[in-house]
Amino acid sequence: MLELLLQTGVNAVYAASYMALVAVGLVLIFGVMGVINFAHGELYMLGAYTVVYVYADQHLPFPLAVAAGLIFVGLLGIAMEHALFRPMRANPLGGLIVSIGMLLILQAAIVAGFGVRMEHIPPPHQSAVPLFGLAGVTIPLQRLITIGAAVVLLGGLWLFLKRSRFGRALRACAQDAEAAALQGISLNQTARMAMFIGAALAGVAGALTAPLVRTYPYMGHPVIVTAFIVIIVGGMGSLEGAIVAAILYAFVSTFVTTFWDGVIADIVGLLLMLLVLVVRPHGLFGKPERA
Amino acid sequence: MPSRLAWPLGLALAGAALVALPHLLSFSQQEIAVFLLINILLVASYRLLTLTGEWSLGHVVIMGVGGYASALFAKLAGVPVPLAMVLGAGTAAAVAYVLSFPLFRMKGFYFLIGSFAAGEVIRLLWIKFRIFGGPKGLKLIPPFPDLGPIAFFDPTNYYYLCLVVVGASLALLYRIEHSRIGLTFHAVHWRDQLAESVGVDTRSYRTLAFVVASFFAGVSGALLAHYIGTVNPNRFDVAQMVFVLIWVIVGGTATFLGPILGVVTLTIINEIVLRQLGTDELRPLFYGGILIAAMLFLPGGLESLGPKLVGLFGRRRASAPLEPGPPVKSRGYEPS
Repeated sequence: MLELLLQTGVNAVYAASYMALVAVGLVLIFGVMGVINFAHGELYMLGAYTVVYVYADQHLPFPLAVAAGLIFVGLLGIAMEHALFRPMRANPLGGLIVSIGMLLILQAAIVAGFGVRMEHIPPPHQSAVPLFGLAGVTIPLQRLITIGAAVVLLGGLWLFLKRSRFGRALRACAQDAEAAALQGISLNQTARMAMFIGAALAGVAGALTAPLVRTYPYMGHPVIVTAFIVIIVGGMGSLEGAIVAAILYAFVSTFVTTFWDGVIADIVGLLLMLLVLVVRPHGLFGKPERA
Repeated sequence: MPSRLAWPLGLALAGAALVALPHLLSFSQQEIAVFLLINILLVASYRLLTLTGEWSLGHVVIMGVGGYASALFAKLAGVPVPLAMVLGAGTAAAVAYVLSFPLFRMKGFYFLIGSFAAGEVIRLLWIKFRIFGGPKGLKLIPPFPDLGPIAFFDPTNYYYLCLVVVGASLALLYRIEHSRIGLTFHAVHWRDQLAESVGVDTRSYRTLAFVVASFFAGVSGALLAHYIGTVNPNRFDVAQMVFVLIWVIVGGTATFLGPILGVVTLTIINEIVLRQLGTDELRPLFYGGILIAAMLFLPGGLESLGPKLVGLFGRRRASAPLEPGPPVKSRGYEPS
């Protein structure tokens, strides 16, 4: 029993790591630009398909494929910001609606390029690492790498936001875009940067987990549902909240799935989100005035 | 021609065309016409909800509640189908009433996401519990009973049934919008604080719009369920909701006719142009493109083309063909 509990806990930490990558990107985009990017799950999906193309089809090294996913999806984010979100800046719901259009286009593009079938990606690492000295508790190396990458990337983002000049500009925009613009901060530049980072994090999450999950064109849907739950529970616009909520949700979801079943876990997650929306609409870490 | 006669005459002509329509179509096109009528009721009911300024992502699930409930009343309780359809629509309204308590504590983005979550929970309950048939849904739903020699499995006859039900529902929706209640909906959307200051309970008007819109969505779901004889959770998923959003946005929401214009135009394009191309999987590409294009280049929707064309090709008459809607400043809310 102890082994099962520990193993489930280890699985939850892995789930939390990539959920946090996706959700933090979504929160960053919302915080700086005020846009809920409905296509965020599709950015995750594109990251996974970059691995399909670069690693599984072209047989290039896996780390290179992950880097390609980061850069490609990040650049796509910049393009989306420029072509879609910038013209919609005056319309609070407009950004969300055009991102729904983008979601449909990205899915159809992948279907056209790869077909609707599930992709087979040969695992880059076969080995599993034993943990806590118990035979029943292991973690596949690929999952361990995902956790490590998430910690490094999110730590790097935190340093960037808190220490660098540009990070301060981003945070200023998130607090009050108008006041930031009056201080000479370029809204276009910060929006571009936020969109690059947010999209790239989703792309990296997709690339790292591609060999571990079912990779198919509609894989973004459960991811965006999860990310919504996480950002609502954590508080929209709060990066720390997104990380804490990702861990909380991953543990609840993984344990309910293991000891009950997956559909119940989804229902519990959504009810958790509705509860937070009703009781504390600005989330666990959000501030009411940004609601 | 005196403009007083223009409206009744136009309605009579449109009515005659709608009655004649199925006789001009092939069998499969007749079926599409049935679905089109059902979708017209769906988008028209959605517009009633948007009048108060809230955009829900759960409307298609509410439609499904109407379909599932009507099917279960007819199948398990043996209720006659016409009565089951009314009960199904009532169930949709009742579910909406219950949901309104948590949902209307939220506004804007939060309402949108909350309605999405509530809809997903309902869909997951359908998948989870055997009474709803699980992931495969309900099958062998009793069809609409024959009326003497008129058999309703024939799409032409079901088309006429839908025409009557949808026509009556649209007339009701139109009356509601132009009543005192409908005007209050507009006030709640555009000047909610002012409306509150003169004693309007904005919360209960939002709830009323949500419940009435859900009732008619339930009617459309019941019409669908007893025609195709099966309902399943995938038929009411978020992808279907996206189509409703696209129809409504491409058509425009400022007038009663806008969403109807949107669903009719896009369905015709879908069936004529895209069917020719024969690429079912690339259809989302077209829909995504047209949604983005509408947002960027035609923010007023197709309905805004009418007055523009009149302005281009003729002198503007005092009685414009479209009723004056509220001033369209933005499509969403203005954050308060």
